[in-house]
Amino acid sequence: MKISEIAEILNAEALCCKDKLSDEVFSACASDMMSDVLAFVKDQAVLVTGLCNPQVVRTAEMMDIRCILLVRDKHPDATILALAESKGIVVLRSPHRMYIACGLLYNAGLCGGEHCV
Amino acid sequence: MSDECIRLEFKVDSENFASAGSASEAVKTQLKLLGINSHDVRRVAIAMYEGEINMVIHAKGGTAVVEIYQNRVDITLADRGPGIADIDLAMKEGYSTAPDNIRELGFGAGMGLPNMKKNTDEMRIVSNPGVGTTIYMKVNLT
Repeated sequence: MKISEIAEILNAEALCCKDKLSDEVFSACASDMMSDVLAFVKDQAVLVTGLCNPQVVRTAEMMDIRCILLVRDKHPDATILALAESKGIVVLRSPHRMYIACGLLYNAGLCGGEHCV
Repeated sequence: MSDECIRLEFKVDSENFASAGSASEAVKTQLKLLGINSHDVRRVAIAMYEGEINMVIHAKGGTAVVEIYQNRVDITLADRGPGIADIDLAMKEGYSTAPDNIRELGFGAGMGLPNMKKNTDEMRIVSNPGVGTTIYMKVNLT
Protein backbone atom coordinates (compact mmCIF):
# COMPACT_ATOMS: atom_id res chain seq x y z
CA MET A 1 0.00 0.00 0.00
CA LYS A 2 1.28 3.47 -0.81
CA ILE A 3 1.62 5.93 2.09
CA SER A 4 -0.65 8.26 0.13
CA GLU A 5 -3.39 5.59 0.27
CA ILE A 6 -3.04 5.46 4.07
CA ALA A 7 -3.52 9.22 4.13
CA GLU A 8 -6.59 8.93 1.96
CA ILE A 9 -8.18 6.11 3.97
CA LEU A 10 -7.68 7.95 7.26
CA ASN A 11 -8.41 11.44 6.01
CA ALA A 12 -4.88 12.27 7.12
CA GLU A 13 -2.69 15.23 6.35
CA ALA A 14 1.00 14.76 5.47
CA LEU A 15 3.14 17.02 7.68
CA CYS A 16 6.59 16.28 6.30
CA CYS A 17 8.51 14.27 3.69
CA LYS A 18 5.68 14.68 1.20
CA ASP A 19 8.03 13.50 -1.53
CA LYS A 20 7.83 10.01 -0.01
CA LEU A 21 4.05 9.62 -0.16
CA SER A 22 4.31 7.29 -3.12
CA ASP A 23 6.56 4.87 -1.17
CA GLU A 24 5.11 1.41 -0.58
CA VAL A 25 4.66 -0.04 2.92
CA PHE A 26 3.50 -3.54 3.77
CA SER A 27 2.77 -3.72 7.49
CA ALA A 28 2.04 -1.59 10.52
CA CYS A 29 2.13 -1.57 14.31
CA ALA A 30 0.35 0.58 16.90
CA SER A 31 1.33 1.69 20.39
CA ASP A 32 1.60 4.69 22.66
CA MET A 33 4.45 3.00 24.53
CA MET A 34 7.75 3.41 22.72
CA SER A 35 9.24 0.81 25.11
CA ASP A 36 6.90 -1.75 23.58
CA VAL A 37 7.66 -0.65 20.04
CA LEU A 38 11.37 -1.16 20.73
CA ALA A 39 10.77 -4.54 22.37
CA PHE A 40 8.12 -6.13 20.18
CA VAL A 41 8.11 -4.54 16.73
CA LYS A 42 10.00 -6.36 14.00
CA ASP A 43 9.69 -5.14 10.44
CA GLN A 44 6.68 -2.89 10.43
CA ALA A 45 7.07 0.20 8.29
CA VAL A 46 4.21 2.23 9.79
CA LEU A 47 3.83 3.26 13.43
CA VAL A 48 0.34 4.31 14.52
CA THR A 49 0.51 6.29 17.76
CA GLY A 50 -1.15 8.96 19.83
CA LEU A 51 2.14 9.91 21.44
CA CYS A 52 3.57 13.13 20.10
CA ASN A 53 7.14 13.86 21.19
CA PRO A 54 10.63 13.67 19.61
CA GLN A 55 11.20 10.19 21.02
CA VAL A 56 8.50 8.86 18.70
CA VAL A 57 10.68 9.92 15.77
CA ARG A 58 13.86 8.58 17.37
CA THR A 59 12.16 5.25 18.11
CA ALA A 60 10.90 5.09 14.53
CA GLU A 61 14.41 5.82 13.30
CA MET A 62 15.93 3.01 15.40
CA MET A 63 13.31 0.56 14.11
CA ASP A 64 13.61 1.60 10.44
CA ILE A 65 9.97 2.73 10.48
CA ARG A 66 9.21 4.90 7.47
CA CYS A 67 5.89 6.49 8.37
CA ILE A 68 4.47 7.75 11.67
CA LEU A 69 0.71 8.12 11.77
CA LEU A 70 -0.43 10.42 14.56
CA VAL A 71 -4.01 9.70 15.59
CA ARG A 72 -6.47 11.84 17.56
CA ASP A 73 -5.47 14.92 15.57
CA LYS A 74 -2.19 15.46 17.44
CA HIS A 75 -0.18 18.53 16.53
CA PRO A 76 3.57 17.88 16.55
CA ASP A 77 5.79 20.92 17.07
CA ALA A 78 8.43 22.13 14.62
CA THR A 79 11.23 20.23 16.41
CA ILE A 80 9.49 16.91 15.90
CA LEU A 81 8.78 17.58 12.24
CA ALA A 82 12.31 18.84 11.56
CA LEU A 83 13.73 15.66 13.12
CA ALA A 84 11.39 13.47 11.05
CA GLU A 85 12.23 15.41 7.89
CA SER A 86 15.95 14.95 8.52
CA LYS A 87 15.43 11.21 8.91
CA GLY A 88 13.18 10.89 5.88
CA ILE A 89 10.24 9.67 7.95
CA VAL A 90 6.78 10.68 6.75
CA VAL A 91 4.51 12.06 9.48
CA LEU A 92 0.76 11.85 8.90
CA ARG A 93 -1.96 13.31 11.13
CA SER A 94 -5.44 11.78 11.25
CA PRO A 95 -8.52 12.83 13.22
CA HIS A 96 -9.39 9.16 13.87
CA ARG A 97 -8.82 7.47 17.18
CA MET A 98 -6.32 4.62 17.44
CA TYR A 99 -8.80 1.73 17.29
CA ILE A 100 -10.65 3.08 14.29
CA ALA A 101 -7.46 4.01 12.46
CA CYS A 102 -6.03 0.51 12.95
CA GLY A 103 -9.30 -1.12 11.92
CA LEU A 104 -9.56 0.90 8.73
CA LEU A 105 -5.97 0.16 7.75
CA TYR A 106 -6.27 -3.55 8.52
CA ASN A 107 -9.51 -3.72 6.59
CA ALA A 108 -7.79 -2.09 3.63
CA GLY A 109 -5.12 -4.80 3.63
CA LEU A 110 -2.31 -3.34 5.72
CA CYS A 111 -1.39 -6.23 7.99
CA GLY A 112 0.50 -6.49 11.28
CA GLY A 113 3.65 -8.25 10.16
CA GLU A 114 3.92 -11.81 11.42
CA HIS A 115 0.15 -12.10 11.57
CA CYS A 116 -0.29 -11.32 7.90
CA VAL A 117 -2.73 -13.64 6.21
CA MET B 1 43.91 -6.02 11.87
CA SER B 2 41.00 -7.33 13.88
CA ASP B 3 42.01 -5.23 16.88
CA GLU B 4 41.71 -1.97 14.98
CA CYS B 5 38.53 -0.14 15.74
CA ILE B 6 36.60 3.06 15.28
CA ARG B 7 36.00 4.60 18.67
CA LEU B 8 33.11 6.95 19.31
CA GLU B 9 32.50 8.70 22.60
CA PHE B 10 29.41 10.62 23.65
CA LYS B 11 28.26 12.57 26.63
CA VAL B 12 24.65 11.63 27.35
CA ASP B 13 22.91 14.75 28.57
CA SER B 14 19.87 14.42 30.82
CA GLU B 15 18.89 18.08 30.77
CA ASN B 16 16.76 17.75 27.69
CA PHE B 17 14.69 14.59 27.19
CA ALA B 18 14.08 15.59 23.58
CA SER B 19 17.74 15.06 22.77
CA ALA B 20 17.87 11.55 24.27
CA GLY B 21 18.83 9.12 21.55
CA SER B 22 21.09 11.45 19.60
CA ALA B 23 24.18 9.35 20.42
CA SER B 24 22.42 6.18 19.26
CA GLU B 25 21.40 7.95 16.07
CA ALA B 26 25.01 8.94 15.40
CA VAL B 27 26.17 5.36 15.95
CA LYS B 28 23.48 4.02 13.67
CA THR B 29 24.50 6.46 10.95
CA GLN B 30 28.16 5.47 11.31
CA LEU B 31 27.37 1.74 11.11
CA LYS B 32 25.27 2.27 7.99
CA LEU B 33 28.11 4.25 6.41
CA LEU B 34 30.44 1.34 7.11
CA GLY B 35 28.09 -0.94 5.20
CA ILE B 36 27.12 -3.10 8.20
CA ASN B 37 23.97 -5.13 7.42
CA SER B 38 20.67 -3.64 8.56
CA HIS B 39 19.84 -6.44 11.01
CA ASP B 40 23.06 -5.90 12.98
CA VAL B 41 22.72 -2.13 12.75
CA ARG B 42 19.25 -2.32 14.24
CA ARG B 43 20.40 -4.57 17.11
CA VAL B 44 23.13 -2.11 18.06
CA ALA B 45 20.79 0.87 17.67
CA ILE B 46 18.05 -0.65 19.85
CA ALA B 47 20.43 -1.78 22.60
CA MET B 48 22.17 1.56 22.73
CA TYR B 49 19.00 3.63 22.52
CA GLU B 50 17.41 1.70 25.39
CA GLY B 51 20.56 2.27 27.41
CA GLU B 52 20.68 5.93 26.54
CA ILE B 53 17.06 6.41 27.55
CA ASN B 54 17.76 4.62 30.84
CA MET B 55 20.67 6.95 31.56
CA VAL B 56 18.48 9.98 30.95
CA ILE B 57 15.55 8.66 32.99
CA HIS B 58 17.39 7.19 35.96
CA ALA B 59 20.91 8.52 36.13
CA LYS B 60 21.04 12.14 35.04
CA GLY B 61 23.12 11.20 32.02
CA GLY B 62 26.59 9.75 31.68
CA THR B 63 29.00 8.66 28.97
CA ALA B 64 28.68 6.21 26.10
CA VAL B 65 31.70 4.68 24.38
CA VAL B 66 31.22 2.66 21.22
CA GLU B 67 34.03 0.69 19.61
CA ILE B 68 33.37 -0.70 16.16
CA TYR B 69 35.60 -3.64 15.25
CA GLN B 70 35.61 -5.68 12.08
CA ASN B 71 33.52 -8.45 13.64
CA ARG B 72 31.79 -6.84 16.62
CA VAL B 73 30.61 -3.65 18.29
CA ASP B 74 31.40 -3.01 21.95
CA ILE B 75 29.25 -0.53 23.85
CA THR B 76 30.05 0.81 27.31
CA LEU B 77 27.50 2.98 29.08
CA ALA B 78 28.62 4.53 32.35
CA ASP B 79 26.70 6.75 34.71
CA ARG B 80 26.98 8.15 38.21
CA GLY B 81 23.32 7.63 39.00
CA PRO B 82 21.70 5.93 42.00
CA GLY B 83 22.78 2.43 40.90
CA ILE B 84 20.69 -0.74 40.66
CA ALA B 85 20.12 -2.44 44.00
CA ASP B 86 18.80 -5.73 42.60
CA ILE B 87 20.02 -6.45 39.07
CA ASP B 88 18.05 -9.72 38.72
CA LEU B 89 14.86 -7.88 39.53
CA ALA B 90 15.73 -5.04 37.15
CA MET B 91 16.21 -7.59 34.37
CA LYS B 92 12.65 -8.90 34.74
CA GLU B 93 10.32 -7.89 31.92
CA GLY B 94 7.74 -5.44 33.21
CA TYR B 95 9.69 -4.35 36.30
CA SER B 96 10.27 -0.62 36.31
CA THR B 97 11.06 2.14 38.77
CA ALA B 98 10.36 4.87 36.21
CA PRO B 99 8.04 7.63 37.48
CA ASP B 100 4.65 8.35 35.90
CA ASN B 101 5.92 11.38 33.98
CA ILE B 102 8.32 9.10 32.09
CA ARG B 103 5.51 6.67 31.23
CA GLU B 104 3.59 9.59 29.80
CA LEU B 105 6.53 10.08 27.45
CA GLY B 106 6.20 6.50 26.20
CA PHE B 107 8.89 4.79 28.29
CA GLY B 108 9.19 2.98 31.61
CA ALA B 109 7.42 -0.26 30.66
CA GLY B 110 10.16 -2.33 32.25
CA MET B 111 11.37 -3.62 28.90
CA GLY B 112 14.61 -1.66 28.55
CA LEU B 113 17.21 -3.92 30.18
CA PRO B 114 15.64 -7.20 28.90
CA ASN B 115 15.51 -5.69 25.42
CA MET B 116 19.15 -4.66 25.64
CA LYS B 117 20.04 -8.24 26.55
CA LYS B 118 17.89 -9.62 23.73
CA ASN B 119 19.63 -7.46 21.13
CA THR B 120 23.20 -8.16 22.24
CA ASP B 121 25.41 -11.23 22.32
CA GLU B 122 26.94 -10.35 25.67
CA MET B 123 25.80 -7.97 28.37
CA ARG B 124 27.26 -7.32 31.80
CA ILE B 125 26.01 -4.89 34.42
CA VAL B 126 28.23 -3.57 37.19
CA SER B 127 26.37 -1.41 39.64
CA ASN B 128 27.08 0.10 43.02
CA PRO B 129 24.12 1.75 44.73
CA GLY B 130 24.94 5.37 45.38
CA VAL B 131 27.94 5.30 43.04
CA GLY B 132 26.66 4.45 39.58
CA THR B 133 26.17 1.81 36.94
CA THR B 134 28.27 0.63 34.01
CA ILE B 135 26.80 -1.61 31.34
CA TYR B 136 29.02 -3.46 28.87
CA MET B 137 27.42 -4.85 25.73
CA LYS B 138 28.80 -6.71 22.74
CA VAL B 139 27.08 -7.25 19.41
CA ASN B 140 28.70 -9.68 16.98
CA LEU B 141 28.58 -8.55 13.37
CA THR B 142 27.38 -11.23 11.00
